[in-house]
Amino acid sequence: MFVIGAAGVLMRRNAIIILMSIELMLNAVNVTFVAFSRQWGDMAGQVFAIFVITVAAAEAAVGLAILISLNRDKSVLNVDEVNLLKW
Amino acid sequence: MELPFFYLFSTGIIVASILMVTRANVIHAALLLVLTFFLLSGVYVLAGAEFLAVVQILLYAGGIMVLYLFSIMLMNVDVSVRLRQYHRQTFFVVIIAVALAVEVWLVLARGEAYPDYKGFAWFVGATPGNVEALGSVLYTKYLFPFEVASILLLAAMIGAIVLAKRTIDR
Amino acid sequence: MIPELIAAFLKIALVLGVISLVVAYLTYLERKIIGHIQMRMGPMRVGWHGLLQPIADGLKLFLKEDIIPAKADKIVFVIAPIMVLVPAFVVYSVLPFDKNFYITRVNVGLFLVLAVSSLGVFGIVMAGWASNSKYSLLGAFRSAAQMLSYEIFLGFSLVGPIMLAGSLDFQNIVEAQADVWFVFYQPVAFIVFFIAALAETNRIPFDLPEAETELVAGFHTEYSGMKFAFFFLAEYASIMAISTVGISVFFGGWGGIDAIPLPGIVWYLLKMAVLIFVFIWIRATLPRYRYDQLMRVGWKFMFPLAILNIFVTGLLKLLFI
Repeated sequence: MFVIGAAGVLMRRNAIIILMSIELMLNAVNVTFVAFSRQWGDMAGQVFAIFVITVAAAEAAVGLAILISLNRDKSVLNVDEVNLLKW
Repeated sequence: MELPFFYLFSTGIIVASILMVTRANVIHAALLLVLTFFLLSGVYVLAGAEFLAVVQILLYAGGIMVLYLFSIMLMNVDVSVRLRQYHRQTFFVVIIAVALAVEVWLVLARGEAYPDYKGFAWFVGATPGNVEALGSVLYTKYLFPFEVASILLLAAMIGAIVLAKRTIDR
Repeated sequence: MIPELIAAFLKIALVLGVISLVVAYLTYLERKIIGHIQMRMGPMRVGWHGLLQPIADGLKLFLKEDIIPAKADKIVFVIAPIMVLVPAFVVYSVLPFDKNFYITRVNVGLFLVLAVSSLGVFGIVMAGWASNSKYSLLGAFRSAAQMLSYEIFLGFSLVGPIMLAGSLDFQNIVEAQADVWFVFYQPVAFIVFFIAALAETNRIPFDLPEAETELVAGFHTEYSGMKFAFFFLAEYASIMAISTVGISVFFGGWGGIDAIPLPGIVWYLLKMAVLIFVFIWIRATLPRYRYDQLMRVGWKFMFPLAILNIFVTGLLKLLFI
């Protein structure tokens, strides 16, 4: 799942799909945490998974806010066209 | 009894995620992601983490994805335009992805026992239950990260509002 | 294993069947009660005093032509009503109808109800979007924003009783109210819960998204026939589900007064009847909130109230009980 998400991030140009692939990667990490938490009988895995979900929510909010403000001025969603900082 | 369900869920997850990263229609991709989250929640229930499963549905599928959907709708995504959604380097990406997958598989398949690990012990189906165990460890041992996470959320909330605010030039 | 599975299937079939029938007759009951409150008699023609009205309605909706707008996103258009109906029915799987009659008992039952009802927003947003029409989209946005906000208050208002009961499991919560119902311990929480329940199910005074005089019909403008029936069914099914949650958490579920020995499910049905009557009563009586007033009432009035309730409950629990 992680690999699929990473491929998604690298392959697509649509910024929203990139953000969603990042969410996919975060979820993959969550699944790993929960699986190991069950394997070793340790609660720390699930606790950390909750924190990961929290952080993902925060990051999604901020990322989308950036996208919205970007889109408002330029109306682009293609990450290749956001190249004002390129030399 | 649990094993066929697990296979069912995992196949569903993999199919849904592959479909998701390849859709041209952004709304379809978002819906497939929601489906992935549902199946993930099922996997969590199988692993004995019921609280996490419900939190996943509540927050991820019910909260974050609604946020994504709203943003997609507010951003005028032309869903029917199929122009060059993929990079030119797609072929190399696929090769690298396969290499990464093989690497991750090799690392995880070692599965050696983790020697003398001191953690908070809890087993599937224990009597106090998942929620109580989670609560008792979340508020004692991991209290500091908990508070830090709440401040992080506050910062993210304020940041998002400031970033997306329409500046009124008069 | 197999007999348990068969028993589970039978219970599911029974509950689904009963719920569908009751939901259909709830529409009839609503029209009758509102009619009488407004000094007229509701449906009277079909059957004796209009008792066959829901069947006539169902038949009409079933046989209506199924129109899909030309530029609508077909897959999403078809899936949206399903996404609204399924969460409304899934909630019934953890609700306690009697001491031993429930479909399943999960130790995160109440939480599951909250999580699954937050999925209803999805279906509404999808319906508004897929219809490809301005009115639907605006109605969908309003409805989604309203439902999301009031869901938060719903959750917060329930934290107080959870603290008192010490568990998220419905059966534990009901059994913890054996002596005193939680509504007497937590009146503020009940008020917030009730208002949030009204907003969550898009009922008056919060039904701006689907009001007949605003935005045509909101997010289900473009739906006709069976899909429209799905939205309707989902709304009434979620009314009943939230009433059940409210009864289990605040009014003692299937427990009753010991002086009158009735089976638990009869007590439960009585309380449900009263609560649903109050829902319908409010619909006939109060005017509609404007959208900004709705949001203002929610965030500036009910949110602090709910948090104050949690705070005071926690404090009292720490100091006294």
